[in-house]
Parts: sequence; structure tokens; C-alpha cells
Amino acid sequence: MSDPTPVLRLEGIVKTFPGVRALDGVSLTILPGEVHALMGENGAGKSTLMKVLGGIHQPDEGQIIVSEEPVVMSGPLDAKAKGIVFIHQELSLADELSVAENIYLGELPRKRFGLVDWAELEAKTNAILEKLKVGFNAKTRVGDLSIANQQMVEIARALTVDAKAVIFDEPTASLTDAEKIVLFEVIADLQAQGVGIAYISHRMEEIFKITDRISVLRDGQYQGTVNTADTNEEGVTQMMIGRKLDLSRNESHHELGNVALEVRDLSCGKLFQNVSFEVRRGEVVGFYGLVGAGRTEIAETLFGLRNPTGGTILLDGEVVSINSPYDAIEKGISLVPEDRKGQGLVLGMNCRDNMTLPQVDDLKAGPFVADGAEIAIFDLYRDKLDIRTPGWKQQVGNLSGGNQQKIVIGKWLSMHPNVLIVDEPTRGIDVGSKAEIHNLLRELAAQGYAVIVISSEMPEVLHVSDRIVAMYSGRITRTFTSEEVTEDNLIQAISGIGGDKVA
Amino acid sequence: MAGLTKSQIGGFLARQGILVAFALFIIGFTIANPRFIDPDNIMGVVRSSAILGVMALGVTFVVISGNLDLSVGSMMSFSTIVVLDLHDKIGPTLAIPTMFAMTLALGAFIGFLVAFLKLNSLIVTLGMLSAIHGLTLTYSGGKNMDIADKEGTWFSVFGQGDIAGISVPILIFLLLALVLGVVLAKTPFGRKVYAVGGNGTAATFSGVRRARVVFMCYIISAFCVATAGLLQASRSLGSQNTVGQGLELEVLAAVILGGASLLGGSGTIFKTVIGVLILGFITNGLLLVGLQFYVQFVVTWVIIILAVWLDIAAKRGKLWSPIA
Ligand SMILES: Nc1ncnc2c1ncn2[C@@H]1O[C@H](COP(=O)(O)OP(=O)(O)OP(=O)(O)O)[C@@H](O)[C@H]1O
Ligand SMILES: [Mg+2]
Repeated sequence: MSDPTPVLRLEGIVKTFPGVRALDGVSLTILPGEVHALMGENGAGKSTLMKVLGGIHQPDEGQIIVSEEPVVMSGPLDAKAKGIVFIHQELSLADELSVAENIYLGELPRKRFGLVDWAELEAKTNAILEKLKVGFNAKTRVGDLSIANQQMVEIARALTVDAKAVIFDEPTASLTDAEKIVLFEVIADLQAQGVGIAYISHRMEEIFKITDRISVLRDGQYQGTVNTADTNEEGVTQMMIGRKLDLSRNESHHELGNVALEVRDLSCGKLFQNVSFEVRRGEVVGFYGLVGAGRTEIAETLFGLRNPTGGTILLDGEVVSINSPYDAIEKGISLVPEDRKGQGLVLGMNCRDNMTLPQVDDLKAGPFVADGAEIAIFDLYRDKLDIRTPGWKQQVGNLSGGNQQKIVIGKWLSMHPNVLIVDEPTRGIDVGSKAEIHNLLRELAAQGYAVIVISSEMPEVLHVSDRIVAMYSGRITRTFTSEEVTEDNLIQAISGIGGDKVA
Repeated sequence: MAGLTKSQIGGFLARQGILVAFALFIIGFTIANPRFIDPDNIMGVVRSSAILGVMALGVTFVVISGNLDLSVGSMMSFSTIVVLDLHDKIGPTLAIPTMFAMTLALGAFIGFLVAFLKLNSLIVTLGMLSAIHGLTLTYSGGKNMDIADKEGTWFSVFGQGDIAGISVPILIFLLLALVLGVVLAKTPFGRKVYAVGGNGTAATFSGVRRARVVFMCYIISAFCVATAGLLQASRSLGSQNTVGQGLELEVLAAVILGGASLLGGSGTIFKTVIGVLILGFITNGLLLVGLQFYVQFVVTWVIIILAVWLDIAAKRGKLWSPIA
């Protein structure tokens, strides 16, 4: 690094929320041209620190120093004007507006009389989109884009100004592998221009691939900074959670029971065709494939959210028709949905009420909701999943991203389903809790549940599954047992090359 | 940093602004006319707010579920006219349940359109506002409706009677508030109302049958309207076809004033009662200060705007925001 003057320095930042000391005197230095990882458990304060930097929260104490000058960030636009660009963990785009409008929101190029210069707007936007190698253009409506593409729009925002520092808060949580590669190229470009980059992620592979230094937070306190080259996954985990983790592949198998769920030739329009598989009690079946392979759609069909156009579903050997999530829940199916904010949670409701929502009709004392029973359920899963919140009364919207995800998981585990389907269950969850959740899924299977895990993370699928179903563009290409699967044959199966049983 | 920053004061105003404004109103009115805080006057305000209040209780459910009900005013006219007409035809004992059944049928129709056909509630209830008005006029032939024997009927007890020195409309309002407050806060149904209004998709994903919940909210709203119609009819024993005209906005004002968000998912019965009282006291204060009753229309509008602004501001934590 040629220029040792830090682009950005944080000194002694303190930020408290009612009941939580989210940041407790955190200091951090970001050098020009470095990728600086910020790591820590769910709720450690990473997003809060970055929000302080981005002008979204005002710190209670401490200083922000940009290029050796103390500054006050009065808001996101102000931060951007000072060269600090923030790409959020939760998307913050206007669905109804075009890509171009979203990218330049608040600073649209103007002509005379204050009219928007649409031609220039489009040209500028398309130039940026070209760099990102995306398959949409300036005029596309943001609401029509996939989550991953919306993420790319967020990233495009960062490229509109002469940024001194760019903050990425879990940018890859919903990106495909191909999109990740593009993102990393963009980051390398920025780096080459001398921009300092703060990068938050729970994915170790990424951290070791692209970052130069790693800083760790724990319960709002700064734990230290290390050079990425001088450490390894174990070391970082140790710093984050103070212990080691067992990250080995799944070896053990449980006694398998009856077939709990059988699907025969299930089809749903163009989304997936002639899908057949079975899941036994005691078994964890992983579904692996690219985004758009139809895995989520199968889950949604099983959960009564879509009507199949053909085929049959059997539960415990009996043909059933599932017409609504209500039906599905009655029949003992649970689904942890893919999109926690949109599908999983009522953000304005408290933690407990969110967790018990699907069973609130069963938790009654006379005509009323039984408070005690509800709190007992919440407490149980808070402890099992290590959910960090000041109490059950906290609004879910105020929890950290990973803790929100844990509430969704707790909600569906507490239903004690016969068939548990989890779709991207550990998105945004820290390494420690991820291992916990994997163990929990194995444990549930051991207790006789049938578990389906849909995931885009290969290590996750390999780690938890007894069998793995590979999908490619709406069809099952191959089913592996955990003995025969390797990374190579799995990748082949999901890219539609080779495979034994191509339908 | 000693003292309060500008943004902290802004945040406080955004959250508690309505109470601050209310306190200022009370002080101002009391200085202008000390009779304002006279116990008799206060009782009078509560009594005259009871009809509006009863309607606001039902609308609270609808608003929390994320919908609107602008038809309550003309529906209340309908109930009033119907019960007065039937009073003389089939006697009060039969007239009351018949009127309730007819009003509930209207509520069920609206509920069906909004909940099951998933039509926009603003459009549906705005349309029903004039459709029901037309229905009322057709029913009455456009004439005012009066009970023939005003002295000899026990029917007046709902609007004019009192028990243990407290007037019956107040008792009915408070009783209904208590029951509905418990339903909303303590029962599984109430929980689902919040979930549906807070995030309908997530509610569906949690097995909540959204359409049923929304439908029930409109039924509750219709029940409250029928009760309000009963109170109104019993109080006046005669009525114009337009008795409820414009009430829908006052009701909405009270609900929002109480802190329910138009976006759905928040609000409580208790807060709505507070909102009703605030509105009642402001109206009364304006009259005592000597302003004409029609000034109240303008004031109601100002209050709605103020309340909506504060609602948005509270979400932002700022009174004013340069972006979106
Ligand atoms: N607006 C808020 N109101 C109250 N508490 C909050 C708010 N925002 C964050 N917190 C709390 O501050 C703490 C830190 O949260 P933060 O979002 O910074 O965690 P994080 O490190 O980003 O976690 P994750 O990995 O799960 O995203 C958490 O305990 C969270 O509940
Ligand atoms: Mg975070």
C-alpha cells in the first residue's frame, strides 16, 4: 500500500439502543486500496457500525474521520457527498422506479428548468451497468428484477460517485456464484483505484479470497485486527466466538423410518416438471441447484402456495391435496421461507408474537392467547438458537439480520412438523450459529422428522444431507447419497452436463 | 453533549406530538372559557362522542388489518333510518335485530369484495358510501323518518337513559370498547389482525387465512355501525336520511389520531378511545370559544393531516426528511 493515510478512521464509537449497547467504543481504520473485512456474530454490531458511518445512525460518542478530517454524517446523502457509499444488508430500492432512477435517486441529472435529463441519465446508468455485466438495462423496473439483480442495482449506486470508501454489508447473501465473481471483479477495480472497502460477510471462503485485513467485533466491542494472510478460518472463528468449531462433513446416519413425504411426477407449469422424490423420517434431503432451478417453487407447491399442474403428493402413504399454507400446516408441513423480510416476519410485531403466529390458535387459555405458553416457547428457542435480543417484547425489525433469521427458524421448529422444509436457512447467519442450526437439523431428523434443506451453499448441503437431489432448470438431474457425492459430480449435475438420470 | 439536540426534540415531537398539541389545546380553551373543564361539560363531551366512538372502535379493526372503511357514515344513516321505520311497523323488539341483520349483511358484502375478491378497500368503501346512501333514500323514499309515539316507547332508553347516573350511550361505548379491546389485544383473532395488516404475505406464510380475518374486521365494523345507528335513532327518535354524512372522516381522524397507522399493523382500542376523546374535546372547545360548528369541518381536516404527518414522521424519527 503506497499511501499510508487512512481514507477513513473511526474512533471510540459508542451507540446504544434501548436495552442494548450495540457499539462499545469501537475504533477502526480503513486504508486506501484495502479490502477490510468486518466480522462478528449475529448482533455483534457490524451493521450498526456501518450505519453510523453511513449517517443513518448518529453515534452517542466517538468520532468519524475522513481523510484526516473529523466529520459529522448528517444522513446517507451527506455521507455519499463525503465519499462514503453504503450498500445495505437489507435492500432499500423503490420497486416502482426504473433502475436508472434508483441509482441516481436524489441526485438525478438536470437540464434547464430543473427537468430531469433522461437521455443523460440513461447513458450514465448503462455505462455503469456495462461494467457490472448485468442482463438488464437502465429502463427496467426494479420490482421486476430478481433479488440478486436488485443487489446489483444497489452496487451500481456505489459506482456513481468518486467514492473514498465503499461499505458492503453482506452483499453476497443472495447472489449466485456467477454474480459473486462479477462483484469481486468490481471490488478489485475499486481497490485498484485506491478506494478503501469495508466488507461484511459471514462466508469465510469469501473473506479469505478477497480481503486484506480482518477486524472482529464481539458484543459491540472491538476484538482486534489481523492481516488475512496471517490467520485462518479457525483463528477468526476463535476471535469471533471464543471457541473452535467442528466443520466436518456429515458422516453419521440415523435409523430411517417410513416414507413421510413422497412426490410423484409433480409439475407446475414451466417452473418444474415431473419431479419425483421421497423423504423418510429420520432423513435430511438436500436440494442443490442454481437459482431458478425450481427448488423454491417445489417447496412452495408442497406448502400450498402454488397449485401443481400435475402429479401427486403423498404424506405417510396417503395422497393429499394441499391448497393453502393453512392446509399444509394442518398436515404437519413447515416451511422456512427464502425471504425473511417479505415472507417470514411481521417486522412491526414483537419477537414472541412472530414466533408463535402459526400456532396462536392452539395456544389458548379459554378464549385468550395463553401468555405463559407463548413466552415458554419463545424462551426455549431463544436459548436453543442463541437469539440475541433484550427481550421478547423487542420488535423484530430492530434485531440484527441474523437474529431475525433465527426467529423465522424458531417459529417453524416450534411447530414440531412431520416434514420440515427449510429454504436457504442460514442466509446471514454467523459461523457459530450456522453450525448450531446444522446440528439442530440433524438432531430433528434423528427424532424422526423428515427434513428438506434447500441451499445454494455447497458446503451446507454437503454438511447436513443424507441424500442430495440435484436440480437443473426445473428437473431433477440426479440423486446422490452422501457417500457417492463429490463437489465435482454435484457441480456437473446442477449445470445440466452429464448426470445419469437426465429426465 | 449536554441538552437536547434538535433531532432529539424533533423525534420526541414526532412521537408525542399529538399529546403535546392536545395539552396546548386544553390549556388554551380553558383560558378562553373556564367552563371547558367543568365536570358537566366533560360528561357532555363524552356523551356526544359516544356514537362516533362506537363507530371508531370497528374501524380500528379495519385499519389495523391494513384496509379502510369509508362507508361507515352512510351505513350509519341506513341503520338509523331502518330501525326507526321498523319500530312502528314491527315493534322495537323485532326492529332492532332486523336492523342489525341488515347492517351486518352490508358489512358482509363489503368484506366479501375486499377480502375474498381482493378489491381495493378505498375504492370499494368509497363506492359503498354513495351506494348505501342511495339505498337509504330508496328505502325511505327520501322522507325523514319519525317514530309516531315518541313519549310512549321504551326504545329511547339506549340513547337517552342512564344507569347509576351515567348515560347509557357512554356505558355502551365503554362496554364495547372493553370487549373489543380484549378481543384485539388478547385473542388469537386479534393477533392475526395485526399480522395481516403488518405483513400480509408473512401472515399467509404462517398459515393465517388472511381473507377470513379481513372479512371478520368488516363484520365487526358493521356491528359497531349498527350499534351507533341504534344509539342515534334512540336519542333522536326521528332522523334525516343524511344523519351520518361526513362521519366517516371524523371516525378515521379519531382512529389515526389515536395512533393507528394507515399502513396497517398498528394501533389499539385504547388509543382509539383517546383519539375519540381528543377529537370530541377539540370540537367542544371550538364551540365554547364561540366558533361556528362548520369551522369544525376545517379543523377535522387539519387534524387528519397533522395526524398523518406525525404518523409518517414517527416512522422516520424526524419531523422532516429531505429524501423520500
Ligand atoms: N434500530 C434498532 N433498535 C434497537 N436495537 C437495535 C437497532 N438496530 C440494531 N439493534 C441492536 O443492536 C445490536 C447490533 O445489531 P447489528 O445489526 O449491528 O448486528 P450485526 O453485527 O450486523 O449482526 P448480523 O450479522 O446478524 O447482521 C443487536 O443486538 C440489535 O438487536
Ligand atoms: Mg448486520
